[in-house]
Amino acid sequence: MKNYVIMRLLATIPLLLAISFLCFVFINLIPSDPAEVALRIRQTPIITEELIAQTREELGLNDPFLVRYATWLWDCLHFDLGISYTNPARTVLGEIGRCLPATLELAGLSLVYVIVLSLPIGFLSAVYKDTWFDRIMRGLVFAGTAMPVYWVGLLLIWLVSIKMDLLPTSGYGGFSSLILPAFTVALSYISTYIRLIRNNMLENMREDYVLYAQARGLKQRAILVRHILKNSLQSCVTAIGMSIPQLISGTIVVENVFAWPGVGRLCITSIFNRDYPVIQAYVLLVGVLFVFFNLFFDILQYAADPRLRERKN
Amino acid sequence: MLQQLFRSPMALLCMGIIFITALLGIFAPWVAPNDPYANDILNKFAGPSWQYPLGTDQLGRCVFSRMLFGIRPTLFLSLLTMLGTIGIGVVMGITAGYFRGTVDEIIMRVVDVMLSFPSQIIILAVVALLGVDIRNVVLASIFIKWAWYARMIRTATIKYTSMNFVLFSRSIGSGNFFILTRHMLPCIAAELAVLASLDTGWAILNISTLSFLGLGVQAPTPEWGAMLNEAKNVMVSNPEQMIVPGLAVVVLVGACNMLGDCLRDALDPKAVRQ
Amino acid sequence: MSTIPTAPADETPLLQVRDLSVSFLEGKKKHLLVDKVSFSVQAGQCLGILGESGSGKSMTCKAVLGLLDKNFEVTGSSLFDGGELIGANPEKLRRMRGSRISVVLQNPMSCFDPLYRLGEQMEETIAEHMNLSSKAMHSMMVDILTLMRIRDPEDVLRKYPHQLSGGMLQRIMIGLAISLDPELIIADEPTTAIDSISQYSIMQEFVRIKKAGSVAMIFISHDLGVLSLIADRVIVMHRGRAVEEGTAESVFASAKDAYTHHLISQHKAVMNRFLMAIHGSSTREVVA
Repeated sequence: MKNYVIMRLLATIPLLLAISFLCFVFINLIPSDPAEVALRIRQTPIITEELIAQTREELGLNDPFLVRYATWLWDCLHFDLGISYTNPARTVLGEIGRCLPATLELAGLSLVYVIVLSLPIGFLSAVYKDTWFDRIMRGLVFAGTAMPVYWVGLLLIWLVSIKMDLLPTSGYGGFSSLILPAFTVALSYISTYIRLIRNNMLENMREDYVLYAQARGLKQRAILVRHILKNSLQSCVTAIGMSIPQLISGTIVVENVFAWPGVGRLCITSIFNRDYPVIQAYVLLVGVLFVFFNLFFDILQYAADPRLRERKN
Repeated sequence: MLQQLFRSPMALLCMGIIFITALLGIFAPWVAPNDPYANDILNKFAGPSWQYPLGTDQLGRCVFSRMLFGIRPTLFLSLLTMLGTIGIGVVMGITAGYFRGTVDEIIMRVVDVMLSFPSQIIILAVVALLGVDIRNVVLASIFIKWAWYARMIRTATIKYTSMNFVLFSRSIGSGNFFILTRHMLPCIAAELAVLASLDTGWAILNISTLSFLGLGVQAPTPEWGAMLNEAKNVMVSNPEQMIVPGLAVVVLVGACNMLGDCLRDALDPKAVRQ
Repeated sequence: MSTIPTAPADETPLLQVRDLSVSFLEGKKKHLLVDKVSFSVQAGQCLGILGESGSGKSMTCKAVLGLLDKNFEVTGSSLFDGGELIGANPEKLRRMRGSRISVVLQNPMSCFDPLYRLGEQMEETIAEHMNLSSKAMHSMMVDILTLMRIRDPEDVLRKYPHQLSGGMLQRIMIGLAISLDPELIIADEPTTAIDSISQYSIMQEFVRIKKAGSVAMIFISHDLGVLSLIADRVIVMHRGRAVEEGTAESVFASAKDAYTHHLISQHKAVMNRFLMAIHGSSTREVVA
């Protein structure tokens, strides 16, 4: 077990390096000259060729590519992600830090929705396969995967906020403003996981151990919950865990529909303003989150499955 | 497999929807009753009439005509995306799976890194880098999707290269290229079709989403996502503007997804029994 | 063909199955899997069901146990100790399974839930049918394993299924089957999925159980050799129908049905080959 965790931790290092390298390449591919941008940030009134050359030297832009990458990486590790191009008074880290809590709230509540809705519905759909409940749920799941997220968001705003006047239409302000956007984010994931859990349960139901459990005279409910559900959750938990970073990045669209002041909205605004350091930081953040959640849930699954624990030791 | 597919009414319906949509898109200039760009400001937010079958929008433009013209970017660009994705994926996957060794190692490491990013982020990064344009959205989608296909096709290639008829073909002296195109592609085609039809749905959603955010197809051009973006601004006064483009996306994406499911069932008789 | 076996007059059979048919429903289509099979078993006797895979022998037993889901249609009658099993209350059937009728299945490796220790799985079975303290239950489980000649039972109880061999798991399954003093044991190809050395000792266990007392047994196999070790009466199934029925000796010695004849001659041919191979290899070894 310990060996496995150490192995997995070591394996993430090259992946993190690759991700950070990609992000660094990204900022180096942009059409504008960083030295010129830096001068503009300092609000230098007249930008001359000499001044640019001088700044290049100053910023170490004449160093070899890999040296610059190392310097940048070192800064990143010290949480120095640079300064916003559009608003020189603000650091990138500050911008991300300002917006991240709102996004995390949104992603957190969506995760709650996903778990609370998809687990029981997937379970019941499998148990009552081909009944009216299963049929309706399968229809909804199908619709859920075909509907564009932003459209669902708009329809919900119209129905719940405008027509019924129950919740605020958009913006950031307390729990009531969180309900609709979080549900919108969760919707497409709910569909995916209902399907996943249902199919997984049905697959498990055909296993020999279920037949034997029935032959031993165990109660149907005990077989469903103790055996089939536990075995299906084993594989689903990893899938749900790994989708957390996707939930976080999936908030982009919804944040824009609901005018939610999170990192997704920050990212879109930055794209329009060509504020590259912010975009870079956002990509880096999501990439790193992705790697760490994968790692965490891999280890969790490993710890929960006696077969895996055994095999690799 | 094809026979089974044609016997399923659901699959036929889905193929019918996609085919008719494509036809309407191709012949939009002849089918559409009005110019999709023509303003008729006196007639804004008009209800359905003979002149405007689905009414007009906030500038008095014909919603029906705009919807028909909207098929073009949505459906054709998503098909283009899939073509590019499958093209690169097939080439990379077969190269990796057939030649193995160092080539395989390099390609698969790149694939691993590609797959470790959520797709939405990469698309945004690429669009940010290359500039806001629908062409860049297509490029970005191909850039992140090919890795999935490369991995799948590599696995299939490895599976099939060890099969007897490929070994036989090689032993009677057929060239590598001949073996690859004649024997292996048809074997993989079925699996590829399932994945491709599901991903076409994904590509349609993706293009319309980015257009909705203003990063894809730009304002006056009729596109479903962009139409919804305009409808958003008038949703308090005229919510009915959201219905037509939204439903259009749902129907087309639904048809693609359902077709993918039908293909999978036709491929795998075991799955039908479930 | 549906010969109704004539039970000896002095004893009523424990299980009497008459005209049992099973069909699989696929939409409006109906596939007949088992066609009017009849047989009976008495206490202390063993009935062998012989047939190749897909002949409907396992299906017959699942139907008797009420283990088929609603995609199957079961008709006919099956009287167990005077009570009808077909169409009986599912809850009543469930209580019967494991306690009065117990089962040994093939593929011991996949018959236990991989996520629970064997002790936990045995415990849930016993707890379902008996009211015992956990201490009593534990000593009972240790007794069962000891009876099944498993060394270090305390340790085995703490193991997960994947940590034990197929033969070992099969023994545990047999132990669990006899632990609740059943009146009928149904063994569905219990020797098929394990290696031949374990097969031999597993068969010994079954013979021991049969000799020990009054339990009735239905032993399903595709292997003539295995059945000849244990079965008193044999029915031969082919394509869902019982084509031959009689005492073990009479079926093996003078099969009337063409299919049974075919099976037996094949078995003999394989055995001859086997003997030749052994002799052949041993002579070669001598030469080398």
